[in-house]
Amino acid sequence: MTGLTGTRALTRFILRRDRVRILVWIVAIVALAALTVVGIKGVFPTQAALDQTAAATAHNAAAIAFNGAPQGLNTVGGQVAFQFGAGGMVLVALMSIFMLGRLTRGEEEAGRLEVVRSLPVGIHANTLAAAITVATMNLAVGALTSGALMAQGLPAVGSVLFGVSLILVGFVFGGVALFVAQVTENTRVVYGAAGAALGAAYVLRAVGDIGDGTVSWFSPIGVAQKARPFADERWWPLLLLVAATVLLVAAASALAVRRDLGAGLVAPRPGPAAAAPTLGHPLGLAFRLQRGSLLGWGAGVLVVGIGYGWIGPSVDAFIGQNKALAELLAGAGGGSLTDLYFAASFRLMALLATGFAIGSTLRVRSEETSMRADVILATPVSRWRFAASHLAVACAGSVILLAVAGLATGLAYGLAGGGLQSVPRLFVAALVYAPAMWVMVGLAIALDGLAPRWVGASWAILAACVVVGFLGAVLNLPRWLQDLSPFERVPQLPAASLTVLPLLAMSVLAAGLILIGLTGLRRRDIGRI
Amino acid sequence: MTNEWEAGYVSERGPWSRCDDGHVTVAISTSGLTKNFGSTRALDGLDLSVTAGEVHGFLGPNGSGKTTTIRVLLGLLRADSGSVELLGKDPWRDAVELHRRLAYVPGEVSLWPNLTGGEVIDLFGRLRGDLDRRRRDELLERFLLDPTKQIRSYSRGNRQKVALVAALASDAELLLLDEPTSGLDPLMEAIFQDCIREVKAQGRTVLLSSHILAEVEALCDRLSIIRLGRIVEGGTLAELRHLTRTSIIAETVRPAQGLADLEGIHNLDIDGAQVRFEVDTDQLDPVVRRLGELGIRSLVSHPPTLEELFLRHYGDELAQEPERVDRQRAATP
Repeated sequence: MTGLTGTRALTRFILRRDRVRILVWIVAIVALAALTVVGIKGVFPTQAALDQTAAATAHNAAAIAFNGAPQGLNTVGGQVAFQFGAGGMVLVALMSIFMLGRLTRGEEEAGRLEVVRSLPVGIHANTLAAAITVATMNLAVGALTSGALMAQGLPAVGSVLFGVSLILVGFVFGGVALFVAQVTENTRVVYGAAGAALGAAYVLRAVGDIGDGTVSWFSPIGVAQKARPFADERWWPLLLLVAATVLLVAAASALAVRRDLGAGLVAPRPGPAAAAPTLGHPLGLAFRLQRGSLLGWGAGVLVVGIGYGWIGPSVDAFIGQNKALAELLAGAGGGSLTDLYFAASFRLMALLATGFAIGSTLRVRSEETSMRADVILATPVSRWRFAASHLAVACAGSVILLAVAGLATGLAYGLAGGGLQSVPRLFVAALVYAPAMWVMVGLAIALDGLAPRWVGASWAILAACVVVGFLGAVLNLPRWLQDLSPFERVPQLPAASLTVLPLLAMSVLAAGLILIGLTGLRRRDIGRI
Repeated sequence: MTNEWEAGYVSERGPWSRCDDGHVTVAISTSGLTKNFGSTRALDGLDLSVTAGEVHGFLGPNGSGKTTTIRVLLGLLRADSGSVELLGKDPWRDAVELHRRLAYVPGEVSLWPNLTGGEVIDLFGRLRGDLDRRRRDELLERFLLDPTKQIRSYSRGNRQKVALVAALASDAELLLLDEPTSGLDPLMEAIFQDCIREVKAQGRTVLLSSHILAEVEALCDRLSIIRLGRIVEGGTLAELRHLTRTSIIAETVRPAQGLADLEGIHNLDIDGAQVRFEVDTDQLDPVVRRLGELGIRSLVSHPPTLEELFLRHYGDELAQEPERVDRQRAATP
């Protein structure tokens, strides 16, 4: 097995090098699962409360679109699988994608793998070491989650099944990442393509769960939920995930031996010998560098928007079945159930698009650490202009993505039978999230200006906002804590009416944070500090 | 468009490059410059002076502070203490204004993998405001660089050529070049040297950092040697040679006795009739006289190369300061 020589040493090296990253992923996901159990026990303390919510949720299309088909909801375990399941699977998938992308194509693109491969190390050793590491992470997440669920008194079979389904969803998307990493030579594209597959899986599941459930079988997340943890468990759907993993890994290794180190499957073509007129100022460069990323995120938001818009009319139909219940549910917010559903959809899409906004802002930092900022700043371009160009793309890109989300949702809803007159209303409902996204841009650049080593915390802040946004109620988080997330301050259009004050306040806050960040950047040294 | 710009360029360079009475002024001047990174001292009281219009060699081993100095000169780093002036201005405060007048080639050329070489060169030219298509194309041809390739598919040497073409195609009055030829083959290095001579003939200033001594010897009017963040020696090549030793190999009629008693003799090695030694250049006269008295059968002498100068400088001091060197090494990633 000369192709695998050195795997053990490389695995140990990865575990040593990425130990903090590995631990953070595992602890964060398991802790979230455990906290969900505690939260649900608090929110539904009695069987009567569970029965009541189970009956209501069976007709709550919005909840089903976000979480999955209602199954076993009159048990604590069923509630945990419902509230945390889909989100938890997205998390393990993201963990696998980011870890494998970094450890395989990322190492290759940085030229580090070349040094490793010059040693007596087999052609597959690095990939296998990366796969072993990530598989171990998934196993750890699954086992610890099962353990945490059982420790809080949930049934053993359901707990184990739930843990195993997390593991296998992680495996499938790890396989996707491995496969894409062979096709493209660009690590960002690996993240983008695998992330798009994940988004498609999430949306397909939503479409299937709102419909008759058939479409869900085409989504790894949907298939995992078909195993019905804490309901009438069945193991065989999980075999489909095993098969998908094996296929993806086999395809990836078949591609791996057919290509040169550093190359993708598609040979790079000659490009333009001269720069286009737009590539003559920092803004043009920033746009050019982020064009691909904006297109990728745009496609992602488009797919999610179409998916959620398409389901919209079914939400109306659900209400038709149980008018009294719908009024009860909607009573608190004041809007109709469909409006609440769209408000939640736009919150999801805004949080998703914030991934672009933060990544785009942190370009300022990655240009600096890669020393590419040096050559730009050695021309008559001020630091202010250099950073502001990337921020302009981040802020304008946020608006563009929200516009795409609003239009896609509105048009899909209209064409699916909801009526096209809703388009403007839904468009505005998406756009109101722009100031909240700008605040996140501001936070990221403020970190870069003041504490450049800690820019990665921007992602942690986004993760916290996602948790608050989707599990805030279930986790029973205090209101003041939830209100720290800018996304909670956005008026929940179309269910609520438009209030300008919070939007204005957030815009001012964002401008202030950006000012702080740019000022900090002007005062500090440039480089890998 | 280009002509208008060049007109501005001529009037703009007047005030700094030559004073009213026609005397050459200083392009770069630092004094007592220090810069710390955490507990590592990268620059330790650096005094560097580069005269306008000269090609100035900036010589030192890896990790001696060459790149840190250049990044301070570019205003990317702020010095902890000491003063620094570039073309009469403060590189930190007046960065943008200064960067209109200089071009920079980094030692480690890191560019955007998905842009082509041609796009990058044009981008730099436009950012600086002096893109000259004709000069650019001419340089591309001289350096045999294909501008349609993506940066990711260039070799290290070709990435360096991209940065060099961008810098050489500019009108900049000052070129800051950080080990610009470390990835070039000998043929390309010769072309680079031609280009620098042309730049010099146009009266522009070049700061050329290097550890390739032959290059500095071939191009530079003056040089400064940096070690552990401090300039340890500087001057013209001729001036520095005064401080150095000439190597001599001679065969004498009579055994070479009494040489060891003379002043300025080093590393004396007598092997039968053959004698080898180094002599301080200012002690050459008495030593050659003494050899003459012994009867010379053959005599080979060669002037000190920069290599010897360099090796002697560091060879001696490295042995004396093991502790300091260890600290420096520990601090280098």
